[in-house]
Amino acid sequence: MIPSAGATGLSWNVADDVRQLFAQHFMVNALAAGTIVAILAGSVGWFMVLRRQSFAGHTLAVISFPGAAGATLLGVSATAGYFAASIAGALVIAAVPGTGRGRGYTNQSAVIGTAQAFALACGVLFVSLYGGFLDSLNGYLFGTFLGVSDRQVLTLLAVAVVVLATLALVGRMLLFATVDTDVAATRGVPTRLLSIVFLVLLGCAAAEVSQITGALLVFALLVMPAATAQQLTARPAVSLGLSVVLALVIVWLGLGVAYFSVYPVGFYVTTFGFAGYVLAASGRALITWAGTRRRATPAVTR
Amino acid sequence: MCFRDAAVRLRAQTIWSGVSLEVAPGEFVAVVGPNGAGKSTLIKAILGVHALSHGEASVLGLPPGQAGRRIGYLPQRRSFDASLRVRGVDIVRLGLDGNRWGTPLPVADRFRGSRRRDRERVAEVLELVGATSYATRPIGQTSGGEQQRLLIAQALVHDPELLLLDEPLDSLDLPNQAAIAAVISGICRDRGITVLIVAHDVNPILSYLDRVVYLARGRALSGPPSEVITSETLSQLYGTPIEVLHTSDGGLVVVGHPEAPAHHSDRHTGRTHERP
Repeated sequence: MIPSAGATGLSWNVADDVRQLFAQHFMVNALAAGTIVAILAGSVGWFMVLRRQSFAGHTLAVISFPGAAGATLLGVSATAGYFAASIAGALVIAAVPGTGRGRGYTNQSAVIGTAQAFALACGVLFVSLYGGFLDSLNGYLFGTFLGVSDRQVLTLLAVAVVVLATLALVGRMLLFATVDTDVAATRGVPTRLLSIVFLVLLGCAAAEVSQITGALLVFALLVMPAATAQQLTARPAVSLGLSVVLALVIVWLGLGVAYFSVYPVGFYVTTFGFAGYVLAASGRALITWAGTRRRATPAVTR
Repeated sequence: MCFRDAAVRLRAQTIWSGVSLEVAPGEFVAVVGPNGAGKSTLIKAILGVHALSHGEASVLGLPPGQAGRRIGYLPQRRSFDASLRVRGVDIVRLGLDGNRWGTPLPVADRFRGSRRRDRERVAEVLELVGATSYATRPIGQTSGGEQQRLLIAQALVHDPELLLLDEPLDSLDLPNQAAIAAVISGICRDRGITVLIVAHDVNPILSYLDRVVYLARGRALSGPPSEVITSETLSQLYGTPIEVLHTSDGGLVVVGHPEAPAHHSDRHTGRTHERP
């Protein structure tokens, strides 16, 4: 939703246009919130993609929607609703047997999917009970990038700092537990505890991202930058850093373009993320193809 | 390492009992036997994952589960998802520092002496197992034999005194089995590391072995291969006539096994995927 996009329109003078972006208070807040959320989503999302827990991440974001709608209905702050619902959802998923072992054939996805559908339905009920059906539903599901309050920015910042600090503390162990669970466990890494901690961190991140991109577009920031970065490099530290940078670029570009356009910001953020992934994936496919061709050539000429 | 009259019960079922064995430092020991005989259970009892229901055990002079870092462990064959975009060298490095707090940052490697030593140590074990040339490829894109070398490097990287390898030769082709058996025995001889290796087929490692632990029907026999893998001893262990034949190249063939060899690898094939 764009309150009053592009007061004077695009002048094609980059310095002027950027100055115009920062002149509006709502735009400064949107950029601040977007930056916080991008850094958080880029790093938590990187581990989520590596752990093959994208579905859990999506579910936690969807669960945040009835949380926020329910909180609004009860007259409590929607922000609190987002976090409460996502963190509770994370703990429930952690309690489903089989989750702690990471990958593997369990009925985890069926259980999560069932809960997700029900959560979404509850959200629709809460919104319709509250009255303002269309407007708020749109905001919950597709984001309110441009209506972020000062207090919300501070809350986002505080939660992000806590989540990132925790992640920085356990990052290496989490990586070990993710790629090599059995060995990590025998080397004294608390793999079960780490998987619960990570789900809670993921819940916090999903709640934060939902507030900006809406519950349905969280993957624009949680999956796209991380998946793109993992396409581009197999070095864990570089890949993690790249994921954060890509998330920032996607958010800034999306916000900047949306400001001068009449179309929703969620569309632009997601489109830039999508374009980045398609470029990276096709670039890698091309390199692999060229590589196999080069290796195959001597055999052919001989 | 020493087990005295040890037994393990899992889910109200005795896996094996009356197991006594002693392994001296620097020995190369194989644990062989049919499927379900409790070979992996023995490894897990040494690691302290399964507690003994009877008897006593000491591992590197400590109760099982206490030796932690002094043991290198390679679990039963695991393969990495082909789409996993993490390099082999990173997987090996995690064996060294994966249980430490913090987050890997590329900058720290350059400026801190301890990190540089870690990197040199990783390079050293990669060279030792002959994995240097493909260590920087994503591990999901390496072959089964290459992954196995990388995983042995991971188990070795923190300089353990005891190396527990659960079926490191499983689902590898014959040249790779021979090459990896040679790598492992080299580690045992040159570094003085005690190696306990679980194997379905004793032949690829037979010439390197100091001792064999033969598990079958809930019991175990241990001793030099020439004494354990004989028609008399195995017939006694199984309780049915077993014949051990010698092939012209010094290999051994066990005939009359209650379980046909064809059944041997069934249990694991669902989880492996060998890439050509």
